[in-house]
Amino acid sequence: MHYSPVITNADIAAKDENLHLFQYVEDSKQCEIDTFVSRGGYKAWKKVLEGISREDLINTVKASGLRGRGGAGFPTGLKWSFVPKDSPKARYMVCNADESEPGTCKDRVLMERDPHAIIEGMAIGAYAIGCHLMFIYIRGEFDHCIDKMEAAMEEAYAKGHLGKNVYGSGYDLDMIVHTGGGAYICGEETALLNSIEGERGQSRMRPPFPAIEGLYASPTIVNNVESLAAVPHIINRGAEWYASIGTEKSKGSKLFSLSGHVNRPGNFEVPLGFNLKDMIYNPDYGGGMLGDVPLKGVIPGGASTPFLLPDMIDVALDYESLQEKDSMLGSGAIIVFNENTCIVWILKKLIHFFRHESCGKCTPCREGTAWLEQMINRIEAGQGEAGDLEKMEEVCGNILGRTICPLGDAAVMPIQSALRLYRDEWQYHIDHKKCMVKSNFEFK
Amino acid sequence: MILTEDSIAKIKAKAVRYPRKKSAILPAWTVAYRQIGHVDEAIYKEISKVIGVPMVEIAEAATFYTMFPKKPRGKYLLQVCNNISCALRGSDSMITHLENKLDIKLGETTDDNQFSLIAVECLGACATAPMVQVNMEYHENLDATKLDKLIDDLKAKKD
Repeated sequence: MHYSPVITNADIAAKDENLHLFQYVEDSKQCEIDTFVSRGGYKAWKKVLEGISREDLINTVKASGLRGRGGAGFPTGLKWSFVPKDSPKARYMVCNADESEPGTCKDRVLMERDPHAIIEGMAIGAYAIGCHLMFIYIRGEFDHCIDKMEAAMEEAYAKGHLGKNVYGSGYDLDMIVHTGGGAYICGEETALLNSIEGERGQSRMRPPFPAIEGLYASPTIVNNVESLAAVPHIINRGAEWYASIGTEKSKGSKLFSLSGHVNRPGNFEVPLGFNLKDMIYNPDYGGGMLGDVPLKGVIPGGASTPFLLPDMIDVALDYESLQEKDSMLGSGAIIVFNENTCIVWILKKLIHFFRHESCGKCTPCREGTAWLEQMINRIEAGQGEAGDLEKMEEVCGNILGRTICPLGDAAVMPIQSALRLYRDEWQYHIDHKKCMVKSNFEFK
Repeated sequence: MILTEDSIAKIKAKAVRYPRKKSAILPAWTVAYRQIGHVDEAIYKEISKVIGVPMVEIAEAATFYTMFPKKPRGKYLLQVCNNISCALRGSDSMITHLENKLDIKLGETTDDNQFSLIAVECLGACATAPMVQVNMEYHENLDATKLDKLIDDLKAKKD
């Protein structure tokens, strides 16, 4: 079975008691249930079923400070508490494994290498909201992850961690591995729920929020893979321990996917608040710029987050510090590019993605992303005209905040930021009908 | 039937677990795609019978999802990720390399029906770029030597 050759910092995680997500990811046996259990796996799930009340469980996760790791950063415990206690309907826990924000490749590693950690986190989350059928929604291209998660699920059933009357507690819990069909938008929670229902993956208007009316019109919680994988550790070691990691407001550890022009692209677990410059240059992480070509910029949190210039990278990787720099932590996907990269070319790649992935439901996003792509392609091809940049800004302004889901905003934010931070280069492209620097990255 | 008994059994086993039948549409496509390599109207019809969902509902959803080819492709569908992280590591040049090696353009299939070449959006292999997905299988951290070997091995493969 395929095993991603990606670099991780498992060696560091194994020695640091505050790191817990990547501790065992370099050990191929960790996928096997016996190994997982011998290392304390499913202990938290058992502890929960042996007598932690739903309320205490939710309060513990709230106190830990854990926030959603998929991109939005919403407090996980608080989200769980939104499920109505008195609803007579079934409730659903859904793990979002539709990892597709360009630059993000972290959840994949957990699915491939520590699938039971995800199942255990899902199970605890399910119990917290009174759910008896939980789902993991895996993007269809992750064929090997689908197989891994299904195999782990079968093992968990066989060993009594899932199914009827788990551990004799009287609690029933079933699980379904659901597969996607190649649509980025399905990572947005309401589109994801439509997709599980067998519909086109288009977003739903909120309210009602999924916690009230989600999957099959029943209370539903959607959590990211990494958020759920952290939950068993919070139960085992306590909210205080978790809250002691990271910064005052951004608690815990986070997985970062580092890609682009660095010597050591990889997935790294670090406490929130870790310095971005260190992430890029420290030999244990990015190992510096590829071929020593100087840095031109960083996209810190996935394709939809605003850029950082080289003089802005001495910044803590946490929710608040990046916001102060007018950017976002997002999914933790750090994309690094050097001085040989044309900014217009980058935006051409990004807008092509968002135009392609727009679900088409909201006019501003459907039409706006297509117009933006046409304009950026025109500028890139040396056919830009005076007024183009102002026109792009106008179109961006007419998309931002005017769509049902955040895809429109996601498409616009990097463009607005690139127009602001790299204005001269856009102008040069229009005035000289060519790139200031030609992005010509060799394949050899 | 185009779907094998094994595929039908797999689809049924998945379908019964859902509270609603329609939810089995995507998992059914996944099974069909793994078996056949594409999912077209003939398959929608068969799936419709197997899971008991009207054909029109399956077709309606199908036009939304881009992952499953809707018509037969070459035996090996080469899907090159050409989004930002891969592009920074040379995926544009990798596509040119493959075009030259296979003597086809992006979007085309070789005359012997062995290889189809397309560019796709981010496949979540950003830190192991550049990469190509061959049918369902990932090949990552590629350079020209590894890619040439991959293609040559596929060419030599007999089954």
